[in-house]
Amino acid sequence: MLSPAAGAEAATARPARNRRIQQGIRERLAPYAYIAPFFLLFLIFGLFPLLFTFYVALFDWNPIGEHRFVGLANFSQLMQDARFWDAMRNTFVIWVLSTVPQLLLALGTAHVLNHPRLRGATFFRMSVLVPYITSVAATAIVFAQLFDRDYGMLNWFLGLLGFQHIDFTASAWGSQIMIAVMVAWRWTGYNTLLYLASLQAVPRELYEAAAADGANGWKQFRHISVPMLRPIIVFTVITSTIGGLQIFTEPLLVNPVGGLTCGAARQCQTLTLFLFEQAFGRFHFGYGAAVGVALFVMVVIITAINYLLVTRIRSERR
Amino acid sequence: MNPISSTATPAARRRRSVNRVSLGVYVLLCVMAFLSIFPLYWMFVVATTDSATAYSLPPHVLPGGNFFHLAGLVFDTVPFVQALINSIAIATAIGVGQALLCALDGFAFAKLSFPGRNTLFLIVVLTMTVPAQLAVIPQYLIMSRLNWVDTLQAVFVPGLVSAFGIFWMRQHIGNTINDELMHAARVDGAGDWRTFGRVALPMMRSGLVTVFLFQFVAIWNNFMLPFIMLGDDHLYPVTVGLNGLLNQGASQPAMYTSVVTGALLSIIPLVALFLGLQRYWRVDLGAGAVKA
Repeated sequence: MLSPAAGAEAATARPARNRRIQQGIRERLAPYAYIAPFFLLFLIFGLFPLLFTFYVALFDWNPIGEHRFVGLANFSQLMQDARFWDAMRNTFVIWVLSTVPQLLLALGTAHVLNHPRLRGATFFRMSVLVPYITSVAATAIVFAQLFDRDYGMLNWFLGLLGFQHIDFTASAWGSQIMIAVMVAWRWTGYNTLLYLASLQAVPRELYEAAAADGANGWKQFRHISVPMLRPIIVFTVITSTIGGLQIFTEPLLVNPVGGLTCGAARQCQTLTLFLFEQAFGRFHFGYGAAVGVALFVMVVIITAINYLLVTRIRSERR
Repeated sequence: MNPISSTATPAARRRRSVNRVSLGVYVLLCVMAFLSIFPLYWMFVVATTDSATAYSLPPHVLPGGNFFHLAGLVFDTVPFVQALINSIAIATAIGVGQALLCALDGFAFAKLSFPGRNTLFLIVVLTMTVPAQLAVIPQYLIMSRLNWVDTLQAVFVPGLVSAFGIFWMRQHIGNTINDELMHAARVDGAGDWRTFGRVALPMMRSGLVTVFLFQFVAIWNNFMLPFIMLGDDHLYPVTVGLNGLLNQGASQPAMYTSVVTGALLSIIPLVALFLGLQRYWRVDLGAGAVKA
């Protein structure tokens, strides 16, 4: 009885062990296979194009004609191009006007929405998310209506208060404010929900203890909510810097007669819009890429400054 | 949990002393809610009235009965039905693809151990800081090299990258799926793949729905990529279709209210989706509170 069984076992042992080793290797490599598609796609459609922008910027590059190496000529031309500096200023102004109020408002709203004794919390949470599900194109259309010079509700309201009507799309600051309001309107709720999701992980007892010690809502906000949200604040500051500086659709659509320049005087043309105008409106791919490189430098510098600021604030608060 | 008796515990006494929400906070929240909802309501008002009413002061704040006429005008001016179908198809495909891919990646990062896991995850998070829009010129060159310009792949494939989705799923899986269950599945002889598909995937429903929704919205609202890559107006998604409508409306003032009708039509599917799946994605936000 014993010997045939042992013999059979010996005969099957080797392939079985091989199979187990094979399976072991496969199991060990499997996680890499799961995450490989992400990295592959990111390399092809994210990182490579970014690096390639630096290369294209060194050429006089016509998409249907020749590519001629011109060194840094595109950049020296860019430095003397008033349109470029205008676009950079517009981009910066729109970014500041939209991001700062948006994140501060989101922080405060998230803190309040997290309150355990808030009535109608679900309604308020849902309502702040409404703008996020409205497409940028639809947002631009309805805001153009609300900000209209002659019949817009905002100007009607300003008229009631005794002010003159403002032609928002025609002036530089007016169109930039309008774009900033649109951006802030669309993203405040999104950031609120990100903050709220993190706040919900904060132990309730912290707030209860603080309340028992007599800390009011503002103190709880400053000394519990904000410090607990540090990582997500850093995250949102960085992502909204990167997103905000690349703003494209809003300035393109806010003034339908403005086209790629966002108005005759380029009053709200952002850097991405300028890039697009050069590359796809005039087929100067090399010059457009140089704008991309400049924008990249701007994004890196401002992100770095922001990062330092946010981390400085958080060590002060500690 | 019941009315606090005279022998209340310190914890219960503390809970009782949680500040009430002041009236001012409610007023501010109501203002926020009003500002969030009003532009959408206004879109609805303008989208249903004739231009004479829309362009009258003081503004009429009640919707009219002109919606179907205006919608007909939209459909006659640009291939808007086709655009809606295109958007639904692209956003659904990417949303589902994304949710599954992110679930798999999130699962690997949350539950499997492999050398370099934390570094790779850090890289995933860092990819969110890569400004991709400014690299649009090489993106276009790649697509034309692949012969993908003017095809839906050009919009579909780059959309499959979502670091945010992976991040979200990793958190979600880490919070919802316990290790004992995974261990039990393994003891029963299930490999990674089966553990993922049969045990983990059904448990992460709300996470999947959330990632799906966020990706759906992101793809639905994407403008730049289809604007650059697509030339054939029968491939246009609603955002680019709306742009065409807007350009026509700019030259014909009589068209203007129908442009707003187009805007309204373009967001109806999103609102319907969010309301329809409300139960699932709300559960996710609430779940964190219960756990805490």
